[in-house]
Amino acid sequence: MIEFETVSKTYPGHAAAVSDFSLVVPSHRTVVLVGSSGSGKSTLLRTVNRMVEPTSGRVLIDGEDVRERDPVALRRSIGYVLQHGGLLPHRSILDNIATVPVLNGTPKRQARTAASELLERVGLDPRLGRRYPGQLSGGQQQRVGVARALAADPNILLMDEPFGAVDPIMRRELQEELLRLQADLHKTIVFVTHDVDEAFLLGDEVVVLREGGVIAQRGTPAEILGAPADDFVRDFVGADRAEREIHITTVDGRSIAVDGTGRPVGVLAP
Amino acid sequence: MNLFLDALAWLTDPAHWTGPGGVPARVLQHLAITFAAVTAAAILALPAGILIGHTRKGAGLVGAIAGAARAIPTLGLLTLLGLALGIGLNAPFIALIVLAVPSVLAGAYAGVQNVDTDITGAARAIGMNPRQVVLQVEIPLAAPVLIGGIRAATLQVVATATLAAYTADFGLGRYLFSGLKSRDYAEMLAGALLVAALALLLELLLAAAQRTAAKRIAAPAPGKSAAPKPDSPREKEPV
Repeated sequence: MIEFETVSKTYPGHAAAVSDFSLVVPSHRTVVLVGSSGSGKSTLLRTVNRMVEPTSGRVLIDGEDVRERDPVALRRSIGYVLQHGGLLPHRSILDNIATVPVLNGTPKRQARTAASELLERVGLDPRLGRRYPGQLSGGQQQRVGVARALAADPNILLMDEPFGAVDPIMRRELQEELLRLQADLHKTIVFVTHDVDEAFLLGDEVVVLREGGVIAQRGTPAEILGAPADDFVRDFVGADRAEREIHITTVDGRSIAVDGTGRPVGVLAP
Repeated sequence: MNLFLDALAWLTDPAHWTGPGGVPARVLQHLAITFAAVTAAAILALPAGILIGHTRKGAGLVGAIAGAARAIPTLGLLTLLGLALGIGLNAPFIALIVLAVPSVLAGAYAGVQNVDTDITGAARAIGMNPRQVVLQVEIPLAAPVLIGGIRAATLQVVATATLAAYTADFGLGRYLFSGLKSRDYAEMLAGALLVAALALLLELLLAAAQRTAAKRIAAPAPGKSAAPKPDSPREKEPV
């Protein structure tokens, strides 16, 4: 469980990046922070592993203030996936995945064997393990980033727009892969994105942020879409967008779902 | 009379290739003082440059030191040091270190500073401590530029090490000074040719080292440039 208690962060000479943010992320759930740039979502994520120290307020993991943990040990106990993969370009894929276990003292051979299994787990051919990050596609690198985050078997995964830099088809595959993994692993995931559809797909709970890290609304995707708290949320999640309005029409005796623009989007299950 | 042919004749004379004043002995001396001066400069300047590149603090200081040190005429410095320290190798050794430091410092600093902050940030975020970030990420990625600095320093030192013979009977510079005194221009030119050949040889070796270091660093992160085809073979397996 991760608790944010009235967390604020102000960078000198700037408006508050985050002010008085409080949230409880329950264990084994995926919470998605969604907002446009300037909403402080990445700043919030980075307070969990002490890459950012809050100006005031505190962050607790299972009841313990993260400031009481050694930052290096804390970071090794939390999986972290970044937008550009953040892989070390001079190390092979296997060595990249094995980085944290090796830092923690796992023998290299054993860590590499485990890394090879993780490659399969994230849907990659283990033979890619001997290649280097520069020889993989963007989507493959992101999968390696996920494998690296899982390598030390952390309880918590922090994901900072991990699929933001890959093409839409690849993004969809990566999202499905993450859902499949989460169904097996039950990690506590904090996921940051600016993409509402991604947030609704992945989040058990979604937190919509407005500028300065202020919560506009939080709830399940259905709650937010069904009852947007205000015009900001309504506009942000596109509740009024024509594609969000589904009607049912009957064609040849079958019920067809049609969106507000008249485009058929599916067939009603019998 | 052809000076160049005379120099070749001097070089091919077996009498010049034996004994304590022979070519092999002087080449070894020359290499030894070059190696010693560059090593000493590296011991002084590499940690400083890496630290400054890592912290990104004190870049102005590097510029000032490098600029000032480069403006010092080595012969003038050697004369001063020679007057202070007397005859022997100490004075040229110190002068050569002063000559080598700016290049080594600038290479180390620029190399480490230019490592992509996304990569070092990620290394920190997954739990590397500062020492591990420096040793396992910044130095390997900075290696080509860092070696480039050592390469530039080595070239300057190997050419300038001829000045060691100004205050000591040491190195290939001896042929230049004694040739000048006795008006044996063939000996002078032969000495100069040997120094040039040595400089070229070291240049080739260090350029190869730099290329090897660069090869170990694969393409940059995704989204910033197209990744090569997944099945393109890697040129060299790492050790």
